[in-house]
Amino acid sequence: MSGLSRTTTAILIWLLLLTMPYWMGALGGYTELGSRVLVLGLAAMSLNFLLGFTGVLSFGHAAYFGLGAYGVGMTLKYLAPSTPLGILVGVAVGALAAALIGALIVKLRGVYFAMVTIAFGQVFFFIAFRWNSVTGGDDGLTGWSRQPLNLGFGNIDIAGNGTAFYYLVLALFAAAVGIMAVLLRSPFGRTLLAIRENERRARFLGIPVEQHIWLSFVISCLFVALAGTLYALLNNFTDPRALRWDQSGNFVIMAVLGGMRSFWGPLIGAAIFVVLQDYVSSHTENWMSFIGLFFVLVVLFFPRGVLGIIRRKAAS
Amino acid sequence: MTQLILFNIFNGLIVGAFYALMALGLSLILNLSGVINFAHGGFLAIGAYIAYTLMPYVGFWGALLVAPFLTAALGLVVERVLIRRVYGRDPLYSLLLTFGLAYIFEDGTRYIWGAQSLPYPIPGWLATPLSSEMFFLTGYRLFMVALVAVAVAGLFFILNRTRLGMRIRAGTLDLETVSVLGVNVRILRNLNFGLGIYLAGLAGVLAAGMLGLQPTIGTSLIMPSFVAIIVGGLGSLPGTLLGGLLIGVASGITTVFFPSATEAVMYVMMGVVLLVRPRGLLGEEGRIH
Repeated sequence: MSGLSRTTTAILIWLLLLTMPYWMGALGGYTELGSRVLVLGLAAMSLNFLLGFTGVLSFGHAAYFGLGAYGVGMTLKYLAPSTPLGILVGVAVGALAAALIGALIVKLRGVYFAMVTIAFGQVFFFIAFRWNSVTGGDDGLTGWSRQPLNLGFGNIDIAGNGTAFYYLVLALFAAAVGIMAVLLRSPFGRTLLAIRENERRARFLGIPVEQHIWLSFVISCLFVALAGTLYALLNNFTDPRALRWDQSGNFVIMAVLGGMRSFWGPLIGAAIFVVLQDYVSSHTENWMSFIGLFFVLVVLFFPRGVLGIIRRKAAS
Repeated sequence: MTQLILFNIFNGLIVGAFYALMALGLSLILNLSGVINFAHGGFLAIGAYIAYTLMPYVGFWGALLVAPFLTAALGLVVERVLIRRVYGRDPLYSLLLTFGLAYIFEDGTRYIWGAQSLPYPIPGWLATPLSSEMFFLTGYRLFMVALVAVAVAGLFFILNRTRLGMRIRAGTLDLETVSVLGVNVRILRNLNFGLGIYLAGLAGVLAAGMLGLQPTIGTSLIMPSFVAIIVGGLGSLPGTLLGGLLIGVASGITTVFFPSATEAVMYVMMGVVLLVRPRGLLGEEGRIH
């Protein structure tokens, strides 16, 4: 891939995202669907920071996504009617939990890392599910909604205006994605790639592998938590399913479907997944079977993802 | 109070026996083939529903005998057609594959047998409590514990005393060498997978008698099985057994004092184990990498 085409891809993606509310309707979609693609795309790209660029398989990212979602919901419900504060709390809670759990698991690798992350993810599911009086239990956390942004000189009505909310999501998405891109180009990011390619050699070079993986895990979870807060704000609602294991699996399939080795791949994977799920679940009750079949087909026939295939074609 | 605690310890033991049965099957497959079988819970549910369907024709005992074997047969086919394709690839792919299968199984059982829960009749003499003081001690519960014990003993007999078991154990340590020595590794992995699924099917039939049938019956048992494997020690089957019983009893006891933490307690245990002994209680050193 030449540098030029990579820049072209990025410009094209940003243009599409910036104009989304104007062409989404013409294609039969709706702005909320666009916001959902962006939010889940952010989650998948954050997961891919760990999965694709550090080479560590986490299958429990829904936990941090859900922590973000509950963090923002509970802040708005119990603490103060401030959207930015809610987002901050949600992200902080998610990152803190990741820092603690990450410290417990950085020594594990491969399948075992995956298994432990899955299992730990369930803790938060059960807390949300069982702690009825605070979290609303199985019915979810209701009785709150996103509040207009107060910028001092005026309000931005993200509460009533879906398009305004879309642009808030896009702004935060841009910030998060920008930070991740910068990190990946920094010496820290290069070190992560080195660990992915050959952990043993990285260790021989004196790189503190565990610390790097821990930090990568925390960064990844922090942005997933951000996505979680936006997801809850988008729906003005959250329930335990936001942090259940099937949600983690969805993030992983988005990353794989789009292409784990590419920066933008997971966003494309998320777009395909969200549109497909939207379509299938409105046409059949047995959408689970279709999604399951989709997983199987992706694994068997598209393990490199959409962008992986395009790159391979371009290279040959 | 003593009675309540006894009741919950015994209850925990039963639940732990289920976890152990599930986790042993998962462990077998994980150790030999490096595949985390997310669909294990789905196989458990299918085992239960097969038994339910067969019962009118072959009776309770017939279903108990046949259903796990049919489930295992399905496992052999699934391994042959799908799972085999992801051996040796990044564990990511086996996780996603079995994850998709879990979706299909859960939805499939719902489609075929309905979403509402179904009662699973057990023989009357097994359902009655053994004494009025120990009201919780029904014959069925004792029978379940006994049967799980027999199944586990059978599994360890197969692993330690038969040629197949010896090959499985050898393959767990070094599959390549086993292959070079002339063992057909494809068949070995296939049979090993079937063995694991047999245990899931058996757990399904037993669980149906206690909990009734619902499509999500397996999903609720699979996470604790992961915890059992991690607590007990990666790569160690006795560890898995111990882990399953331990977390079962722990959540049983927690139910008495702090009911809402019933599920959370096992994850706390996992956290503690990972902190002080990352390889698990009976895990071998070096397996975690």
